[in-house]
Amino acid sequence: MRFSLILWCLPWVLRLYARRSAKLRALMAARDFTVQIIVKDGSRGRWLRFEGGRLLSGASARADAEVTLRFKSAALGTRILTRLTSGMFHFAWPVLKRFLEPMEVITAAKNFAFEVLGPDELTVQFTDILNAMITHGWRQGTPVGSGEIRYVNQTNGGPVFVYVKDGRIVRITPMEFAADDPQPWVIEARGRKFSPPRRATLSPHGLASKSLVYSPKRLLYPMRRVDWDPQGERNPQNRGKSGYVRISWDEALDIAASEIKRVRREHGHGAILGSHGSHHTWGNIGYYLSAQIRFMNAIGHTRMVLNPDSWEGWYWGAMHHYGNSMRMGGAEPYGQLEDALQHAELIVFWSSDPESTCGSYAAFEATVRRQWARQLGIKMVHIDPYLNPTANWLGGKWIAPVPGSSPALAHAIAYVWISEGLYDREYIEKRTTGFDKYRAYIMGERDGTPKSPEWQAPETGVAPHIVRALAREWGRKKTYLSCGGKGVAFGGANRSATGAQWARAMVCLMTMQGLGKPGINFGNLGTGAPVDLEFYFPGYAEGGISGDVECTADAAQNYQRLPHLISMNTVTQKVPRLRIPEAILDGKTEGYPTDSRSLEGQFQKFSYPSPGHSPVRMMYKYGGSHFGTTMESGRLADALRSENLEFVLNQSIWNEGEAQFADLILPACTNFERADISEWAGSGGYVHHNHNQMNHRVITLQHKCIEPLGESKSDFQIFLELAKRLGLSSYFGEGKTELLWCHEIYLSSDLPKAISWRKLLRKGYYVVPPETNAANRTKTSWRWFAEGRKKDVPEPAPLPAEYGGEYLDGLQTQSGLFEFESSSLERYGEDPERPPLNIYIPAWEGRQTGALYARYPLQLISPHPRFSFHTQTDGKDGVLNDITDHRVLRDGHYYWIARLNPADARARGIAQHDLIKLYNDRGAVICAAVLTERLLAGVVHAYSSSAEYQPVGEAGATADIGGCINVLTSKRHMTEKTSACAPNSCLIEIEKWHPEGAGP
Amino acid sequence: MKKWNLVIDVAECHNCNNCFLAVKDEYVGNDIPGYCAAQPSHGHRWINILSRERGRAPMVDAAHVPTTCNHCDAAPCIAAGRGAVKKRPDGIVLIEPEAAKGRKDLVTACPYGAIWWNEERSLPQAWPFDAHLLDRGWPAPRPVQSCPTGAIRALKVSDTEMTQMARAQELQTLRPELGTRPRVYYRNLHRYTHLFAGGTVLGAKGGVIDCLAGARLELLNSGRVIAATETDTFGDFKFDRLAPDSGAYEIRATHTDHRPVSVQFEVHRASAVLEDILLESA
Repeated sequence: MRFSLILWCLPWVLRLYARRSAKLRALMAARDFTVQIIVKDGSRGRWLRFEGGRLLSGASARADAEVTLRFKSAALGTRILTRLTSGMFHFAWPVLKRFLEPMEVITAAKNFAFEVLGPDELTVQFTDILNAMITHGWRQGTPVGSGEIRYVNQTNGGPVFVYVKDGRIVRITPMEFAADDPQPWVIEARGRKFSPPRRATLSPHGLASKSLVYSPKRLLYPMRRVDWDPQGERNPQNRGKSGYVRISWDEALDIAASEIKRVRREHGHGAILGSHGSHHTWGNIGYYLSAQIRFMNAIGHTRMVLNPDSWEGWYWGAMHHYGNSMRMGGAEPYGQLEDALQHAELIVFWSSDPESTCGSYAAFEATVRRQWARQLGIKMVHIDPYLNPTANWLGGKWIAPVPGSSPALAHAIAYVWISEGLYDREYIEKRTTGFDKYRAYIMGERDGTPKSPEWQAPETGVAPHIVRALAREWGRKKTYLSCGGKGVAFGGANRSATGAQWARAMVCLMTMQGLGKPGINFGNLGTGAPVDLEFYFPGYAEGGISGDVECTADAAQNYQRLPHLISMNTVTQKVPRLRIPEAILDGKTEGYPTDSRSLEGQFQKFSYPSPGHSPVRMMYKYGGSHFGTTMESGRLADALRSENLEFVLNQSIWNEGEAQFADLILPACTNFERADISEWAGSGGYVHHNHNQMNHRVITLQHKCIEPLGESKSDFQIFLELAKRLGLSSYFGEGKTELLWCHEIYLSSDLPKAISWRKLLRKGYYVVPPETNAANRTKTSWRWFAEGRKKDVPEPAPLPAEYGGEYLDGLQTQSGLFEFESSSLERYGEDPERPPLNIYIPAWEGRQTGALYARYPLQLISPHPRFSFHTQTDGKDGVLNDITDHRVLRDGHYYWIARLNPADARARGIAQHDLIKLYNDRGAVICAAVLTERLLAGVVHAYSSSAEYQPVGEAGATADIGGCINVLTSKRHMTEKTSACAPNSCLIEIEKWHPEGAGP
Repeated sequence: MKKWNLVIDVAECHNCNNCFLAVKDEYVGNDIPGYCAAQPSHGHRWINILSRERGRAPMVDAAHVPTTCNHCDAAPCIAAGRGAVKKRPDGIVLIEPEAAKGRKDLVTACPYGAIWWNEERSLPQAWPFDAHLLDRGWPAPRPVQSCPTGAIRALKVSDTEMTQMARAQELQTLRPELGTRPRVYYRNLHRYTHLFAGGTVLGAKGGVIDCLAGARLELLNSGRVIAATETDTFGDFKFDRLAPDSGAYEIRATHTDHRPVSVQFEVHRASAVLEDILLESA
């Protein structure tokens, strides 16, 4: 009865809403077709016919219906239709949900008790009609006068207000909270109270967003390379050279879908490589770990394995001493803010520039806290070859070791501590193993060479008296160590030939000082803010709608909360990201996995091709450029022009990087042109509780602020359109639009307890109130370990099987203690460059590599960029081009900046803003010179990850004027038995460059 | 009558460029009738961050000074404008887009270089203090909203209050000798305009050289002690706010356990980073 009633109502409601909604009217008029909604045994049903914009209906099945919605029983049909249209009754959800099983739709679909039958084109048409009905009246945004509506969105650099007028973005600003948003937390320290301002900060790249939305380099139409003919000559050698012709979406999608089918039929399992950036425009739906992986799993793909490229030294090195594999070797991030403000006397920043790297997504949230630390008189030391912006602003002692030599400096600090008794002997005795061997190495009892301040001086260039002063200051004061931008990781030193040694040395030093005791910890006030961590909202690494329980953290919580179909990539073949060129050009390569479950996962070498698999014949590239983040970038240009690749498909927002080498280009839109839902810096499994960097947890409904520019479409929509042509649309989209998925994710989170859907839709954000009860705040990281208790910080890692003794008792190491001599590396025993004891092995490229150093006497360091975000937001005629500390305009071109010491510049006749050629055997990059005393002589500093790759002639063989610094860096892995990048071990020479001169 | 002022702390600016970007975001592509024509996509720097380094390794610092239209009370552009530039009662100087068309002369009228020429629109342009937003009730202009360190603050106070504050907090304006009476004030401007002398004091004891903490340093100019300080744990010391071309100085380094040393040097265009000063044990 109820089923028939719902069906009877449906056409009436559709007609009623169509009168109010032009969008719905248009959808209903777009095609003539018939739908029947029936019970399997045919006992009940109704047909709906859309004809010439009119809706006809009758109470029966209809044999000629093109689309059929079929339920096993009327009762099931009632519940599923109610659930699917529940967005219409969102105000009644608290009552409604009592009658519904959250997983019923999924269970019914899996058992074919609920089926959607018919051509994909029409099934999607019908769900689009239903969805337009459901979402009609969902009012979004806040009118603010002057004809402007204020929307909300989220970027990689922070949440934003987006002011729109007449369909155009007027401005994008940081967020200031409203009067009814919660009050922030308060920390009491040294007789003072500290509380952050009621606003969200924003990184420069977030603030530059509007200029990138309206960039002239936007891809606005599908395009095909002029001399690529899928039915004839493919001319792979001309990729990067030949031009493009605009084609229709239908043509583009037909080509892409038929190539996907052809490649799979002709070559078999594994022939399609899925490739994506390490980041994407923000969101939980339109993200690479969500919609993209869902689609790629549905078609089967050789997976690209990301190396932990901001954690290299920590993942491959440090964790073998103290565990934390689930954090890629990073440290627990809890409670350090309060502890540091209350107890720390000194912060040592070592290869750490948090005011530039901004905790990745955390904007300037910690800036105000570092000001508090300065007000409290906490001393600062900065160890970096470059007086980086944090060091310059915060002040304190600057110590500049030669790049790659930091492990030697660290050993000498340990030497002073051991010599002068400035370490925590009791802690060493109770909480560690292997110290005797470490001490013997440091004191020279093993090799006859004491690792003294005098010993390190020729390696580091740092005078022995400075090392002693530093060691004594550190040994006497309660010290926080910030090694990398994020407290741990995100620093240049961990991405060098000695990166693992350095990270290992950092954890050894902190252990000697009693890691976890009050005032002694990792951090730079960036992590451990007392926000409420319990309030559930999924982070992006929880996989959004991917349904991928293998390669995302979906299974942890999201799969249990968000009803969605599982997806699984059946292709087990993998390619390490840094070896994509070799895989394509040589047809074989190998790698070591990023497997964070255990310390040992990384030892499991894998080979490409996998047994029985096809080599890669098609590349489906999605998202930002890889050139800027691929060492020896020229390799990638060679690979992309290889005839081994029959089809290069690129789905990109801008015409940059690999898009310039594609056979077919599908234009995607930005996050401002699609709906999504997300939390600021919510990374989920990637960095668990990453949002404790924030002063306020900000969860946003990312409004679709404007329509997609030109003919561009959201990634989700592109995948859905392709899925239609592969018979996968119901599976891929589950009949939902992006906005309806937002609603589902809202329902899956704790948001419904705090804010209504209607209010969230309009306001666009929710600020999670902080933990007000001081007793409920998280404990400080490592305090449990220091005090010999069971682990009591709220991270569900290590996994239970990783404990040798009782659950939560001790570290992830075999002994459960901090291991100066690592038992996991001892057991592995196959990497002479990573011995169990962290001994100093000079870099394979640096001042110690004589012949090469003689030819290329400058050391190039290329840290994470300050203004752009990886390869995102740089170039493209965007506003960041105008920042004189980012690019310099010369002769109509914005050149990437390379910094060098005035002495090195003088020796080469180079003046400020001269164009210079940076070169070595691997290639050449043209930059604008910036002369600075902030840089150690003999060192060149140029940020990594430019978005542009613009060879002046033949790609891969001529100088690049895009600023792609990784053209120069070595593809050699940190050590042979890792898949770790080491771009900060790089020797180059520099000379003046004249565009009209002899050329490169 | 309360009027708008800007107070910029040079020591707090770390050159993130958010103020620059916020102004670009607000004006590029946006015509604001009655206030301002759109800024060209590239070339203009309505907020122009000037940077200057002092010293050399290992003792260096860099100062960043966001500069912009000073919204002067005795504005040369208003004097030259023949009605094309107006002063609002709240202190904000506006170049009227209609009246100023073709007035390239206004670019040179500004002694601060804060007026930019829009070739396409044939207009002189400067940052209008986001007056259109303030008029809509925004509490502060966008550079203030975007600044992560609080280096830029906007104050709407009476001129008397502002003068008192400037005196109490030692705020400066750019080139006050011009008599333009800017409404943009700076704190710690010496980081940009003045020089320092600094170095490291080492002590030799039993054949070992170490950084000498707690050494007393006196700075003498024309034989007179003008400042004194102590070395920190790294033996470092720094005397700041030395005027360019201020000539000959002497530093006397003393320490209870060591023999004193005196060093002579001159200050002209650059800060003086002295060679390490070695004190022998007494």
